[in-house]
Amino acid sequence: MLKIQNLHANVEGKQILKGINLEIKAGEVHAIMGPNGSGKSTLASVLAGRKEYEVTEGTVEFLGRDLLDLDPEERAGEGLFLAFQYPVEIPGLSTTNFIKTAVNEIRKYRGQESLDAVAFLKMMKEKMALMNIDQSLLSRPLNEGFSGGEKKRNEIFQMAMLQPKLAILDETDSGLDIDAIRIVANGVNKLHTKENAVLVVTHYQRLLDYIIPDFVHVLYNGRIVKSGTKELALELEEKGYDFIKNEIDVEEQV
Amino acid sequence: MNNLEYYKERFDRLKSAKTVDRFADIRQNAFNDFSKTGIPTSKNEEWKYTRIGNIFNKEYRSLIPDVVSAAAEEALSSVRLPGYEQANELVFVNGFFNQPLSTIRSSDLVILSLEEAAVADEYREFVKKNLGHSHHYLKDGINALNTAFMQGGLFIHVKKGYAVEHPVYIYNISDAGAGNIFCQPRSLMHVAENSQLQMAETYVTIGGSDSFTNQVMEVVIEKDAVVEYYKIQNDAANASLVSTTHFRQTGKSYIHTVTISLNGGIVRNNLNIIMESERSEAHLYGLYFHGGTSHIDNHTIVDNVKPNCFSNELYKGILNEDSTGVFNGKIYVRQDAQKTNAYQSNKNILLSDNASVNTKPQLEIFADDVKCSHGCTVGQLDEEAMFYLQSRGISESTARSLLVRAFAEDILEHIKLDPIHKYIEKLIVKRLKKGTT
Repeated sequence: MLKIQNLHANVEGKQILKGINLEIKAGEVHAIMGPNGSGKSTLASVLAGRKEYEVTEGTVEFLGRDLLDLDPEERAGEGLFLAFQYPVEIPGLSTTNFIKTAVNEIRKYRGQESLDAVAFLKMMKEKMALMNIDQSLLSRPLNEGFSGGEKKRNEIFQMAMLQPKLAILDETDSGLDIDAIRIVANGVNKLHTKENAVLVVTHYQRLLDYIIPDFVHVLYNGRIVKSGTKELALELEEKGYDFIKNEIDVEEQV
Repeated sequence: MNNLEYYKERFDRLKSAKTVDRFADIRQNAFNDFSKTGIPTSKNEEWKYTRIGNIFNKEYRSLIPDVVSAAAEEALSSVRLPGYEQANELVFVNGFFNQPLSTIRSSDLVILSLEEAAVADEYREFVKKNLGHSHHYLKDGINALNTAFMQGGLFIHVKKGYAVEHPVYIYNISDAGAGNIFCQPRSLMHVAENSQLQMAETYVTIGGSDSFTNQVMEVVIEKDAVVEYYKIQNDAANASLVSTTHFRQTGKSYIHTVTISLNGGIVRNNLNIIMESERSEAHLYGLYFHGGTSHIDNHTIVDNVKPNCFSNELYKGILNEDSTGVFNGKIYVRQDAQKTNAYQSNKNILLSDNASVNTKPQLEIFADDVKCSHGCTVGQLDEEAMFYLQSRGISESTARSLLVRAFAEDILEHIKLDPIHKYIEKLIVKRLKKGTT
C-alpha cells in the first residue's frame, strides 16, 4: 500500500529525514517510535503534504501512485488520512459543515455523486454511534474550545467519516489521560480492517497497549534504526531510548 | 465641481428659489463652514487615507431639486430587500424623499418631510434641537455640504411605547442613467421613549454613469428605547458614498448596529454613537469584504458622556485584489463618564498582495475609573488551517472560501433581522463563488 524509499526531507534548510525506508501493506498496523526530535512528526507531515517540508531525495509510492507529486487534498482523495497532533481550531466553521464539505469533496475527487442531506445525516448517525461521539460536539465550531480529548475524538470521528485506506496517527495520545486514550484507541480499532492500514506515530508505548501493532520501528536521527514486533515497544519502554541511542552512536563512531 | 464658486452660485440659486426657508440659518452656517473648510484633502487627519478629491473633479447633475426619474421607480422592484412585503419602505430618489414610492404599514410610525416637521407643533422644538447635531462631531466640509443644500429631507417619528411590528427599510436610489448624479439624502429620526425599532438601509445606483451620495441621518433615541440598525452596501464600482449615521442616546437606551459593506467605488461610513445618558448600551458590528479597486473606510465615534455606559465594537475586514480599507475607531470617555465599559476590536485579512488596510484605534479617556480595551490585527488566511482543511480532501479554493466565511461569521450572527441575515449570507456565498483567490 505504502512504499517509502530512501526518503530525505528538509525543513527550513535543516535536514530532518535522512533516508527512511518503510513498507506498509493492507491490513497492517505499524508503529513508529522515537525520542523527541528524531523526525517522527516530520515523517507524518511529509506524507500528508505539508508545504514547509521539502523532500530532497527518495520516493513514496501510495497505492501505485507517486504520493509526493500530489497536493494534500489529492492525497486525501486517494485515501490518506492524518490525525493531527494539534488539530486546528476554526471559529465560525461548524464541525458538521466542515465534515460534510470534506466528505463531498473526496467523493467528487473519486467521481462519485455528492451525498444529499438525508444520506449524509444517516452516515453521521451511524459513525456517531460507532465512535460514541455526541451531537453537541459536532454542532460546535470546529475544535473551538474542545478539550484535548474532544479534539482527538473528533479526529478519529473524521477518520470514520472519510474512511481512509491509510491512517497516520501523529502523537494522538499526547496530552490524553488513560480514559481518553482508551476511547480514541477503541475508535481506531473499530475502523481497522483487512483492507486498510494504520501508522501510529508515538513517543510512548502506552497507546500500543490499546492499538496493537504488527510492526514497531524506531526512528532516530532521521533514520529507522531498528524494526521489530510489538515486543520492541515494551523493551523501549523498559530501557528507555538511551539504549538505542548508545547502540547507534557507538556504531556510527565505528 | 471642485471650486467654491460652483457651490456659491448654486447656493445663491437655492436661496432665491425658496420664498420661505425654515432652515435658512442652519443652511447659511453650514455653507459658511463649507466655504472655510472646503472638500477634505488627505491633509485632514480624518481623511488621510481616503481621498475623495477625484470624486469632486467630475461634473454632476445637480444640487437643485430634480424630477424623479421613471427609471428609478422601476428600479425599486429590483433593489427591494427580502422581507419587504412586511416592511415599512422609505425611498429616496436622487437624494429626495419620495412619498409615492414609499409604503407605510405601521400606524405608530409618523412620516413627514423635514420642512413639515419643522413647523408642526409637536415636532418643531425637536427638529430645532437635533437637526445638524452631527456637525459637532464632523467638522469637515462634507457634513456641512449636506446641511447647506438640505432638501427633500425626511422626518421619522416612532411613537412612545410602540414596538414597531414591521421593520423599516430605507432605499437610496441614485439614477446615473443620464450622466453623473450627486445625491444628498437627509433624515432626522426620533425614537421616543420605550419604543422598539428594527431598521435596514441600502443603496443602489442605476445607469452607467457615476453616482456620488453624501448622506446624513441623525437619530435621537430616548429612554428605554431599543434600536437595531443594519446598513447594507453592495453598490457598483461607479457608486461612491459618504454615509453618516449619527445616534444620540438621550435616555438610557439600547442600540445595535451592523454595517455590511460588500462593494462600491469609494465608500466612507461615519457612525457616531453619543451616549448622553447613564447606563446606555451600544453594540457596533461591521463587516467589509471588498475586491477590485474599491475603497472602504469605516470611521466610528463612541462618545461616553455619562457614567456606566457599555459599548462593544467589532469590525472585521476582508480585502482582495487591489482594494483598500480604512478603520478608525474613536472612543471618548468624558470626565463624568466613570465606570465606562468600552471595547473595540478591528481584525483584517488580506487575500492578495495588492490589498491593504490602514487601521487606527483611538482612545481618549478623561475619567479614571473605566474599563476600555482596543486592538487591531492584519493578517492572511491561517496556513495551518488551510493545510488542515486540505488534508481532509478539501480543495484549496474551497478551503479559502470556508475560512473567509468562518472569519465573517461572528459579524453575521449579529444580524438579528432574519430575512436580512439570510440575504447577506447569500451575497457572501455568491461573492465567494466568484472566487477569492
